[in-house]
This record gives sequence, structure tokens and C-alpha cells, in this order.
Amino acid sequence: MQHKEPLFHIVRRPLLPWYRAALIRLLSIVISLIICGLLTTMLTGLDPVKVYKTIIVGAVGTKRKVWTTLQNTAMLLCASLAVTPAFMMKFWNVGAEGQILMGCLATAACMLKLGNLPPTILYPVMAVTSIAAGAVWAAIPAIFKSRWKTNETLSTLMLNYIATQLVAYYVVLWENPKGSGAVGVINADNHEGWFPSLLGQKYLLNILIVIAVCIFLTIYLRTTKHGYELSVVGESERTARYLGIKVPSVIIRTAALSGALCGLAGLLLVAGTNHTITTTLAGGRGFTAVMVSWMSKFNTAAMLLTSFLLVFLERGAGEIATVFELNTSFSDILTGIILFFIIGSEFFISYRIVPRTKHSSKEAK
Amino acid sequence: MTTNTPVVKLRGITKSFGGRKANDDIWLDIYRGEILALLGENGSGKTTLMNILTGLYYPDSGTIYLNGEETVIRSPKDALDRGIGMIHQHFKLVDVFSAAENIVLGNEGKLDMEKAKSDIREICKKYGFAVDLDQKVYDMSVSQKQTVEILKVLYRGADILILDEPTAVLTPQETDRLFMILRSMRDAGKAIVIITHKMNEVEELSDRVAILRHGQFVGDMLTKDTNAQEMASLLIGRPVELNIERPDPVDPQPRLEVKDLTVTSEDGVLKLDHVSFTAYSGEILGIAGISNSGQKELLEAIAGLQPVDAGTITYLAPDGTNDELIGKDPFDIAKMGITLSFVPEDRLGMGLVANMDLSDNMMLRSYRKGRTAFLNKKDPRRLAENVVSDLSVDTPGITVPVRTLSGGNIQKVLVGREIAAAPTVLLTAYAVRGLDINSSYTIYDLINRQKRNGVAVIYVGEDLDVLLELSDRILVLCGGKVSGIIEGRNAQKRDVGLMMTKLGGGISDAT
Amino acid sequence: MFDLVSFIPRAVMQGVPLLYGCVGEIYTEKSGNLNLGIPGIMYVGAIGGVTGAFLYEEHAAEMNGLLAVLIPLLSCILASLLMGLIYCFLTVTLRANQNVTGLALTTFGVGVGNFFGGSLVKLSNSDVPSIALSTTSKFFKTSLPFADKFGAIGKVFLSYGFLVYLSLAIAFFSAWLLKKTRVGLHLRSVGENPATADAVGINVIKYKYIATCAGSVIAGLGGLYYIMDYANGVWSNNGFGDRGWLAIALVIFTVWNPASAVPASLLFGGLYILNLFLPTGAHMAVKELYKMIPYVVTLAVLVIVSMKKKRENDPPASLGQSYFREDR
Repeated sequence: MQHKEPLFHIVRRPLLPWYRAALIRLLSIVISLIICGLLTTMLTGLDPVKVYKTIIVGAVGTKRKVWTTLQNTAMLLCASLAVTPAFMMKFWNVGAEGQILMGCLATAACMLKLGNLPPTILYPVMAVTSIAAGAVWAAIPAIFKSRWKTNETLSTLMLNYIATQLVAYYVVLWENPKGSGAVGVINADNHEGWFPSLLGQKYLLNILIVIAVCIFLTIYLRTTKHGYELSVVGESERTARYLGIKVPSVIIRTAALSGALCGLAGLLLVAGTNHTITTTLAGGRGFTAVMVSWMSKFNTAAMLLTSFLLVFLERGAGEIATVFELNTSFSDILTGIILFFIIGSEFFISYRIVPRTKHSSKEAK
Repeated sequence: MTTNTPVVKLRGITKSFGGRKANDDIWLDIYRGEILALLGENGSGKTTLMNILTGLYYPDSGTIYLNGEETVIRSPKDALDRGIGMIHQHFKLVDVFSAAENIVLGNEGKLDMEKAKSDIREICKKYGFAVDLDQKVYDMSVSQKQTVEILKVLYRGADILILDEPTAVLTPQETDRLFMILRSMRDAGKAIVIITHKMNEVEELSDRVAILRHGQFVGDMLTKDTNAQEMASLLIGRPVELNIERPDPVDPQPRLEVKDLTVTSEDGVLKLDHVSFTAYSGEILGIAGISNSGQKELLEAIAGLQPVDAGTITYLAPDGTNDELIGKDPFDIAKMGITLSFVPEDRLGMGLVANMDLSDNMMLRSYRKGRTAFLNKKDPRRLAENVVSDLSVDTPGITVPVRTLSGGNIQKVLVGREIAAAPTVLLTAYAVRGLDINSSYTIYDLINRQKRNGVAVIYVGEDLDVLLELSDRILVLCGGKVSGIIEGRNAQKRDVGLMMTKLGGGISDAT
Repeated sequence: MFDLVSFIPRAVMQGVPLLYGCVGEIYTEKSGNLNLGIPGIMYVGAIGGVTGAFLYEEHAAEMNGLLAVLIPLLSCILASLLMGLIYCFLTVTLRANQNVTGLALTTFGVGVGNFFGGSLVKLSNSDVPSIALSTTSKFFKTSLPFADKFGAIGKVFLSYGFLVYLSLAIAFFSAWLLKKTRVGLHLRSVGENPATADAVGINVIKYKYIATCAGSVIAGLGGLYYIMDYANGVWSNNGFGDRGWLAIALVIFTVWNPASAVPASLLFGGLYILNLFLPTGAHMAVKELYKMIPYVVTLAVLVIVSMKKKRENDPPASLGQSYFREDR
């Protein structure tokens, strides 16, 4: 008589060596890329090889495209780095979007109102105000959280929209020319407050700054007492209290750091790239950054690769959309699919599926 | 007592967790109309085995026969449908639900609370339970919660009941009442399994006893045919002779003076009520009491983790200066130059960070050292290596997360780190809980070494035999009050037991 | 003067998508899943309905009223169900992090909505300039025939399309289901303490799947309502905006009670359009500040609710955590 035994059951794996974990992740990315290609073929009728070719051309086809891709990677990386300390502390900062916008707003305000200051003063002022604006915007939900355990996922989310409306308000105030509904390029004639080009490349300074942030954050998280404290708080608040770590101040301090780096990203966006301000300047990076940071398991090098992969695909998908006169949101769909696969692959790193073994011999070990 | 065929037969049950075998080829029979005591030390695999029988875990191999028929139990539902119900040690109740809602949970058919309640009252009458069915679980005492758990299983019509350490959290009176109920259920023809490591309960309650050791089945016998000595030797694998060393204190000096310490928990329960005592250097002060009598609050108050309503805790430094510890957090205490080490009950949730490696865990106490903003990673690494070799910690290296180690090795890492700080006061809570005999002796040894070095040790324990052999003095807590403080060398187990359940215990020579 | 008779119907129309989203998320959260993908799901629900309606309008020689409603309705349900299944497969079966999965789902869903909204015409080789499903919308907006006969009362209570009344019915039915039935009891226990539910034989995985997918479908209807009724069948990219996020935040405000979601979403619907009714004076920019009101109020509510700790007001205890039976 046959009895019903489950077809398989799931058990937790012992720790996997890093290369096997990396292999699983790599495999998931490859599969997702194949699916993306098939989907594109279905929608456009283009043959799969051409799909990938178009993506590559779109991302790095010309020198200009290479620089734009690198610049976008730097921006996404900057936002991802920014949210990382907060996540390591298990503080779900999904408010990067708003914190970046506040940085943008502060930068734009400086450029508009203090543009006539000498550059040696103007640039530091821009840096300080934008970083402070981002920090304050992240510190507010952190204070609520440390005081009353207010859910930070939702409070940071709401602060995104409050920031958006604040920017919308100033966009109307600073409208130029009147009636256009937009601020237009700030200081278009004299370039006051614009970041200078380095070696003839206008994005190079941005990229270098983000690399510096990346190095700084790696050192901060791995080798400083602050970094150690925040990971203890993230792992176990009880342990932190057992050690006499002042949990509320660590929460506020770390969230403020997270916001400060978002503010910096805002500075780079306005002074380094766009030279204007709109409500959509952050462009959803704040949300994508959450996923980049989490999928990279807080490893800064992995963040760099993930950011590059996503931006590469976004630019490539954008190219496909342009060529076929499709909507540019196509890239969001592809991004979504890749994210699903990477997120899902984690399961195979932590768990193992054991098939029905009932009548086979006992396990060797 | 019946001599019928077993209602449950377990054959060759094996289950591993991450490479460690929790159950290894276990054979066990359970009979109707009988109370079976499943005896074993912590970590011997009792709970795992019963979780397999109730469908919570799926065995790696082995077969279960119910009423002689091979049966696959894939889920708790399968188990319940076949009349197997388990009362877990950590109650599985929904806090925001009422007693009645919890009891009917999982049943099928239209929800009719009124009918359900009258059915439940019927069961209560039959076995003699008293319970308010509309009370929310979060308002209940542990014994009330246990009653709800038992009712839940009975309401589902279970006739095989498994209770996992049901008396651990009960007062003696509550225990007596529970035993009465269990006997009446046995007489009604149900099969009852109680998981325990307490010998006296086995003798008092059970008809038959089965013993597990290190995940293996050692043997079973009728309770009336055996005795505590035999059971103990089967349990531990060699004739037990607890022989813990107890050196005489050398030049004891008052080190920690606690006066009228009163603590109320967050939900307004009085946890410590005017507790006063003095701990001396070079001495082990044992703290005895049934669980939840205020042990945790006492240690956490001294360590600066527990807000205090009233009282004083004074540290008398070896150089003659006095410091008040109340209102200071652990960091403040460390800054005052007091090295106070604390091995908390919750090793992975408080004492260590489960996901960090050994080396980073060594750093927890000392990472603030040095003036720079940067961590010194070299010293903790060396310390980790020393602890691993000195205490023979079984680990593949110092860069693996501590959660991957076994319980005994985790405790060695924690105790090793706390002792490395060269403390003047050492607080330990249930330092050997869940450890095998060898690891336990390593820990006793470490504690005694600290005592010889002149450390004032406060040792909270649950095993009275150990407390009586290890402590110089024993402070007995009863419901948050000091029931008495007695000399360890001539204390009688019976007296301490009495003091745990009744203030003063009828003894007048408290010192 | 503040014109209440014209304000209330507009507040209701703003509130209905929030109500659908909020009730959908309540089901989801009651099963212990925090689904931050709701905004994306609502987009997909909307575009699902639009696609169905578009294809029907393109291909049907003559439109049948019943089919004109049923086809978009079913395609909307199917599309949102698929989104729910993706979320469940990742978080319940593969035990992935709920926050990250939800955000990815929103990225994906908003992308799907905008992509098909912007490319449908091109993809189907149609000759219309843009998506404007006015015929279908008319069927969705059909209100009770005698609504105008009751003057102001008729306008405030009776002037809406059927999806408005359906949202109310779903909300009150859900409140009853959660509170009074065995399914509700079991669902609540899964969200509170899955280990307990599992131990008494409740199929935790099944409940999580069903509740989350049902929640997705309900939320998807909110998107359908927005596009077919509120927006008159005209798709505009990002037109749905951030209502999905507000719906999630509303759940806390309603303390997980679908019945209180009705007045709450009405209130927030009102706050959403309050800027149109408040005087701006000489500064048009002030309007942008008024638009901040719903978010500021939500934030304030979040903080106030967290300040007042009450056991019954707590979120489901296992919210945000994945469940694995053999975890110890």
C-alpha cells in the first residue's frame, strides 16, 4: 500500500561557500536576461540576437552613451550607498527619493539666490546646505522611530511626497520664463554653481565624487566604531542595550548619515548634471536603490555591479523603446523581471529542496 | 494500566538540523491509558521527536505506525486529524484572541461561538478546569495559558496528548492540579506523553518512562520497576556523581550591596520586592527560585539594563570607594572603571550577535577601547583564538557566524569573552542550560577559577543539585521576595525547595 | 463659500480608489504580508481593464453593455491576480524579503501600466491616436436612473457608477468576514502567529496565498475604477499617481478594519482634492502646498497612532516576516 508522502520538503541549508552563492545569483541573472530577451522578441518581433545587440548599442554604443551610462550608474550607486547604513540598522528608509529632492532643492536655492558669491564660498555653501537638507529629512522619521517606534517605511514614504510638493511649490515660485511651468536651466549664461568639467568631461567630477563616497562608506561600515555599533543595533537591539549603546542616538545618527548622502546625490544631480529642478529629478532612484542595496547584501562592490547592470539595461531598453516607438517604461518592466529573479534566487542560497527519499537508502551521512 | 498494543509506534526516526543529528534512529512505543514520561537532558532530542510525531518537523528517515498502520504525518493538521495533540513549551496561542477563539482555532464548519463555548464548558466540567473563555490571552497567567492549550487539544478530540515540559513555569500548587487533570485523562483512556528532565515528576506521575540521550533512544521501563539512581545513570550515560569543586572563599570582602531593590515590569507586575543582600569577593552567591521569580530582573538591574523603582545597588571597590549603580547603563558602569561581566540567559539574543563571527563577537564588550574612530580588530581576533583553544570550542574557525555553533560552544564563547575582561563582579544566568555534562563542567570550572581570583560571582541556576554543590551561599527568591539566604555547605535540598515555594520556607536561620 | 454638494461627490470619487487599495491591503496584511506592491498592482489592474476594453472596442461591431463591463472587469481581475501570484510566490513560497519584493513589484507594475498605456495603440496596429475608451466608460459610469430626481441628496448619495457601490459592499462584507466567520478567524491567526495557526492545522501557505491574491484583485479594481469611471476611460501615463501608497498608509489609520476604511478613504479623498476648494489668494504656488495636506495628515496619524500604544491597535504581529515551519 502506498502512503502519501510529500513530493518534496524544504530544509534550511548550512552556510554556503561564497562562490556557490555567487554562482546561484549569477545564474538567476542569466535566466532573467534570457526571459527579458524573449519578452522583447514577443513584443517587437525582433530576433533575440538583435535585441541584445540593440541593448548594448543603447547602453554603450557611442562615447556619449558610455558617459551617460556611467553617470547614471554613479547616481544610482550614490543613492544605493546612501540607504545602506540605514538598512544595515534595519531602518527601512524608502524615503531616499524625498531626501534626494531636498538636496536638489537646497542646491537649486543656493544657485539661484547666492549665485553671485565667489565660487570658493558658493560651492561649500551648496554642499553643506544640500547635505544638511537630506540629513534633516531622514532624521525626522528616525526621531519618530526612536521615540515611539513609528513605522519608518510609511513615514519616510509620506515624506517623499511632502518633499515633492515642496519642490512643486518652489518650481512655481521660481518659474522661468513665467508661465512655462518649469524652472528652466539655472544660471544658463554664467554657469554659476555649475560643476566644472574635468578633462573635458562634464560628468567626470560626479563620478569621482561617488567613487569617493563609495570608498568612504566601505571604510565607515567595516572599520569604524560607528559602523560596528549600527550593525549591532540592526542585528539585535537587546544586545545593543546590553552593551550600553544608546540605541536612539545611533538610529538618528545613522538615518541622518543616510539622508546626508542622499542630499549629496541631490547636489550632484542639480549642480553636476541637470542644472535645473523638477519634481521628478530623483527619477525613482530612491526606490531602485533600496533594492540594489538589499540585493547586494550591503556589499559596496556588489552594489557597484548591480547598479551598473540595472542602468545598462535601462539604457538598453530605452534604446529598444525609441527604435520601436514604444513607451520608455519598457525598461521598468525589464528591471522588474531581473529584480524578481535576483530576489527569488536568495531562496536557493538559504534553503534546499529535498525530494521524496522514502524508499531509497538512508542518507550516507 | 493496560497491556494492549501500542497506539503509536515510532521506528528508526532520524532528523538532522544543519548537520547535527537531533534524533538518531529512535524507536518508541506509546500506549493508551498510560502516562509516558519522555526523559532526557536538554538537547537530547525529546522535543524534536515529539515535533515529528505532531507533524511540525518532517523526519529525514523513519516510520510512524498509528494503531498498527504505517502513517505519514506531513503537517500538524494530519496529526490532529489522527488525534495527536501537543502542548508546546512555548505556548502556541494568539495573544490578541480570547481563550474561546484560541480553542476553536483550526476547526472546520460554520463559526458558532456560543455553541463552541458551551461545548468547551462541558469539557471543563469533565476534567475540572476553571477558565474564563472571554479573557484575552495577553491578560492571562502562564498557568491559565497552559489550561487553554490543553483545552484546545481536548476540544479537537485528541486522545494522544503530548506535553512539553509542562511544569517548568508552574507553581507547585498549579503543578499538583495539572497532575490531577492528567491522571483523570489517563483514566479516561487517553495516551499521555510528558516531556521532562525532572526525575521527581517522572516518579510521581508516570506509568512508564522512556529515556533519550544525545538524540538516541536509551531504553524504556515501567516507572515502578526503576528508581531515580538508575534513571539518572541512563540519562547521563555514566553513574552520576555530581562532584563539583567548592574551594573555600579567601578573604571575602563585601563587593556589591543591594538594598530594598524594587522593580516593576513594563506591564505593571511587581517583579522584585525589597530585595536586599550583599555579594562578597571570592564567593559564589547562588540564586535559586522557580522560573520567573525575579531572577532575570535582579541580574539586569545590577547590570544596568532594568529600570528600578526603588532601592540602591552599591559597588564597593577594592580600594575602598563606593559607587551607586542605579541609573547607570552598562556603558556608564564601564566608564566608572567597574568591570562587571554578565552572562545573560538569552545568549544569542542578548549576549552575542548571532550573525556576526566569533571575532566580531569578542569585540562587543571592548570595541570602544582606544581614542580613534576606528576599530581595533587585531586584539579581538587574538582573543577569539585564545578562547577557542583554551576552552576547546568546537568550530571550523573564528570567521564563522556564532549561530552556526552548537549551544555548548556558543556558551563557551560568551563566557570566555565575559571572563576575559577580568571582572570584579560576574553575573551568570542559567549558565549551563542546554549544555552537555562536559561543557557544563568546563563552565563550573571557569566560574570557580574566577572565584579563586577574588571575583564576586552571582550564579542564577535552575538545577538545585548544582546550586547546592557550587554555591557558598544561596539566596532563594520566591515571587520577587527574598525567601531566605542560607549557607551552601549545609543546605538541604528539601529546605531550599520549600523556600522556593513559600516565603521563608519555615526555616528561621536565614543569614 | 465652500460648496459641499459639489465637494462631496468629488471626494467620494477620489476616495473610492483609496478604499479599494486599502481594503485589498488589509486582507494582505491580515495574512502577515506587507505588500508594498499595491501601487504597482493598481496600475496593472487599470491597464488590464484598459487592454480588455480597448480590444473589445476595437473588434466589436456593436458594443453590448454587459460585455463592455464584464470584459474589462475580468481582464482587470486576471491581471491583478497575476501580480498577487508573483508576490506570493516570491515572499511565501521562496520566503523573499517582503519590502524588497513589494518595491520591485511596484516598479514592475507601474512600468507595465505606463508601457502598455503608452504603446497599446502601436502594438495593436490600431489607427486611433490615443486610448480614449469613452464608450466603455459610459457603461461604467451608468448611475441609478432616478438619481437626478432627488436633488442634492441624489447628487451626494446616488450619482455614482456601480464600482463605487461595489467598493462599499466589499468593505462591509470584508469587515463581517474578518470578524464573524471562521475564515476570518483563521486568517487573523495566520497574520498574528503563523506557528500557532500551523500547529492547529491551518494551512498557513494557502491562507497567505488566497488573502494576498484576493487583496491584489480588490486593489486592482481600484485602478479599474480610476481609469473607467473617474478618468472617463482616458489613459494618461502616471495619471494614477501615488494613490496606491496613500492606500497602504490608510491601513494603519483604519487599524486594519475594512469598515473604518470607508470613512477614512472618504476623508482622504476629500483631503486629496481639498486644494481645489481652498482659496489661494494671489499666489498660485500655495496650491502646491495644499496638495501636501493628505501626506502631512497621514504622517501625523502615523505618529499619533504609534504614540498611543494599545494592544488591539497593533499591526498583525507577524507582519513583514516570512514563515518557515522548521525555523527554531
